[in-house]
Amino acid sequence: MVKVFQAADATDLVTELRRSFDDGVTRGYEWRVTQLKKLLLICDNHEPEIVSALHDDLGKPELESSVYEVALLRNSINLAVKQLKDWMAPDKAKTSLTTFPASAEIVYEPLGVVLVISAWNYPFLLSIDPVIGAISAGNAVVLKPSELAPASSSLLAKLLEQYLDSSAVRVVEGAVTETTLLLEQKWDKIFYTGSSRIGRIIMMAAAKHLTPVVLELGGKSPVVIDSDTNLKITAKRIIAGKWGCNNGQACISPDYILTTKEFSPKVIDALKQELEAFYGKNPMESKDMSRIVNSNHFDRLSKMLEEKEVSDKIVYGGQKNRDKLKIAPTILVDVPLDSQIMSEEIFGPLLPIITLNNLEECFDVIRSRPKPLAAYLFTQNQKLKERFALTVSAGGIVVNDIAVHLAVPTLPFGGVGESGMGSYHGKFSFDAFSHKKAVLYKSFIGDAAIRYPPYSTGKLRLLKALVNSNILEIFRVILGLS
Amino acid sequence: MEAMKETVDQSLREMRDTFASGRTRSVKWRKTQLEAIIEMVKDNEDKMCDVLFQDLGKHSIEAFRDELGFVMRSATTALNSLDKWVVPRKSNLPLLFYPATGKVISEPYGTVLVLSSWNFPISLSLDPMIGAISAGNTVLLKASELSPNASALLAKTIPSYLDNKAIKVIEGGPDVATILLQHQWDKIFFTGSPRIGKIIMAAAAENLTPVTLELGGKCPTIIDHHSVSKDMKSVVKRISGGKWGSCSGQACISVDYVLVEQSFASSLIEMFKPVIKSFFGENPKESGCVARIVTKKHFQRLSRLLNDPRVQASIVYGGSMDEEKLYVEPTILLNPPLDSEIMNEEIFGPVLPIITLRDIQESIGFIKSKPKPLAIYAFTKDEKLKTRILSETSSGSVTFNDVMIQYMCDALPFGGVGESGMGRYHGKYSFECFSHEKAIMEGSLAMDLEARYPPWNNFKLTFIRLAFREAYFKLVLLMLGLKR
Repeated sequence: MVKVFQAADATDLVTELRRSFDDGVTRGYEWRVTQLKKLLLICDNHEPEIVSALHDDLGKPELESSVYEVALLRNSINLAVKQLKDWMAPDKAKTSLTTFPASAEIVYEPLGVVLVISAWNYPFLLSIDPVIGAISAGNAVVLKPSELAPASSSLLAKLLEQYLDSSAVRVVEGAVTETTLLLEQKWDKIFYTGSSRIGRIIMMAAAKHLTPVVLELGGKSPVVIDSDTNLKITAKRIIAGKWGCNNGQACISPDYILTTKEFSPKVIDALKQELEAFYGKNPMESKDMSRIVNSNHFDRLSKMLEEKEVSDKIVYGGQKNRDKLKIAPTILVDVPLDSQIMSEEIFGPLLPIITLNNLEECFDVIRSRPKPLAAYLFTQNQKLKERFALTVSAGGIVVNDIAVHLAVPTLPFGGVGESGMGSYHGKFSFDAFSHKKAVLYKSFIGDAAIRYPPYSTGKLRLLKALVNSNILEIFRVILGLS
Repeated sequence: MEAMKETVDQSLREMRDTFASGRTRSVKWRKTQLEAIIEMVKDNEDKMCDVLFQDLGKHSIEAFRDELGFVMRSATTALNSLDKWVVPRKSNLPLLFYPATGKVISEPYGTVLVLSSWNFPISLSLDPMIGAISAGNTVLLKASELSPNASALLAKTIPSYLDNKAIKVIEGGPDVATILLQHQWDKIFFTGSPRIGKIIMAAAAENLTPVTLELGGKCPTIIDHHSVSKDMKSVVKRISGGKWGSCSGQACISVDYVLVEQSFASSLIEMFKPVIKSFFGENPKESGCVARIVTKKHFQRLSRLLNDPRVQASIVYGGSMDEEKLYVEPTILLNPPLDSEIMNEEIFGPVLPIITLRDIQESIGFIKSKPKPLAIYAFTKDEKLKTRILSETSSGSVTFNDVMIQYMCDALPFGGVGESGMGRYHGKYSFECFSHEKAIMEGSLAMDLEARYPPWNNFKLTFIRLAFREAYFKLVLLMLGLKR
């Protein structure tokens, strides 16, 4: 008999975790490292179950589960364990003449009790990676995994309860009702991965308590292909990044391609060739792709394909099977720019190619749309690379590859505008869940009378000199020469 | 209001076009604007002191120290550091990704909104603008209508010094703010009360606009009289200067209340009296060194706080008020009831409650029972107490043995936590506050690893597993067929 999660449960949960936090349970280095190592044990001991749950929920191939979820998590945990002492150490800050004599530092402190709400497409990675950040930073944390990946959600609940300190780390399973109840509580930080629509709801709920948020959202990540690129490698990387990553259901999936009218046929041919090499002549039968997560999303994608002026633009694929929740890798060319497929994040195995007279035009097309989480460019042209990196606003930019920046712990991963706010990975995760407290140590030496009333012209001059850090002037005033 | 809506629409359109043109991205443009701000403040120093006197009764030294000098220094720092700040930061990538390279560049958000507060109307307007401009944004300022002369001066002066297709000023109160908040901004920077902060954040949520909220709280001051007995005179001077010498206690980082051991309380009060007299003379109202309360409404609020009979009974110094002159005398209370209003909301005025404890160690628990403040001040030389304060309390900042001065240290981030705010600025943090840190990664088209691509098989799986573990030796063995 499943107990129904109610308002009182949410309140009790937060109260309990707050007590643990206030008691100092999560503050010490030892506790944090122990929890992180327990997460590592989960990865080591339960990989087959994780792979199985991901297969149940998403039809995810074993390699994707092992590599893009478990292995990435393992790396993330190992990095945190290795660097934690460093991360926890205060940073020294410089002081200046106006605050002399003093020393200053920045102390990292946990925010308190935090909420992590994760998504269904990488349910383990997107649940545990933020939790790694929360724990390293010394917080108590509640995780709410997505109900759209139920096997993963329940496995997460089971494993986290089994391995981690449940006085400070908890999982709440559920859907809209449970999430709403959780959002009514006062959290010290909310970390959300999901859609822009829900991101707004989260931020609005957070505003009631002045809770800071990290929102990892999505968008239409464009891929610009220049004619001087190595087309074979380009095609392979796009395919691996799109269909090879949860069948296009990823926040940084290449959403659509921009290339010239002239080059487009070559691009299509290269994609067709490599798609066949990867997935065979019958991609619907291939075991190397995830399926569509559920019938709602299947119908959403179907509708995109069936739209008038879109359905006749299919140049490859287009097959669908609702029972099996499969849609074949599908390429379309020059669908109308105001069609559904070009207006919302596709999040599926459909790849529109928009052709331009001149590659230059790609900047306007991208700029006319909300800022995406990622923007990709394939080219050997140094000037184009520089211009792209500088003028295309996106969460992150990758040149000559797809999605890999997600795996780099030294790069901040996050969005801008509609694609989100805040970032994480590596130390950025630790920072995301920390308050950087400024600390100034002043001594009692040198109590300048100029600080205090009554005010006089001499004091004003000295103040001005101090503000300008003008040593000469300072001395002159003190000596009464100015 | 229709006219105002039209003005806002037009302003936004112009600022967006200007940003799209790329003009504000150039370092030269940014430096020119920063230089212009310095020039503007220099040229208008007297006028600025005038409006600060008109709006708040600030003495020109207070005006210079807390606002004008501060702004000029902030702009100078930005000017001198901008070349460094705009340089992309290289990131070291794990060997696995060789020969890819990674870096992070700071990119302006675009068109940003700065809403400033009335207590430091010049610096709280210009300082965030300095950050926005250094980061390459276009910016619209709405200063507070509660400091109308300062707001008007900024509205009149800024257009003649700065690029007014990129930097704009709008005057007005809550109704104008509402109109502004209905529009989409790329960032909103707000200084003010937590109550309004919530409204701002909720409005920002509609457009997923990131916000920095510089709010307030009750900033406690701990006096550990045992360890600082030798320097007690300095302690009292610093607290007095901070509380009554800066906008009459109407500052977000003002000393709100003092915590001290019972045994020292009366000596402490006796030490405050001569200090206050030395600062403000026998009649502080006539000294010209005490700022006035900003409006009648705020005066009445303070009046109400003090009129609670139990609070009245706790007055040990001062207490006189003049509604016409909007003057409240530097006032000290001893142990007003902890459930009184004055002990539960940010005072924002020249009234200083002293709360006594049996043991100064109790100050930690006391502070923790209240919302996280913007600053905690502690006068102590006891290292153990310092450590306890740092590790057991939470606040925007902690300053030992002084008050307010952390504001001047631009190597320290200035911002709150919890109820006292989110985000931070000053120095380089101002630049970062208005920048999106964009990750750029570049791979090579020359090399390729077959193991990256489907169709998947055990070899590829093992390869990738080993690569992720950075078990390079085993990887080589695998490739040579020497590992299963």
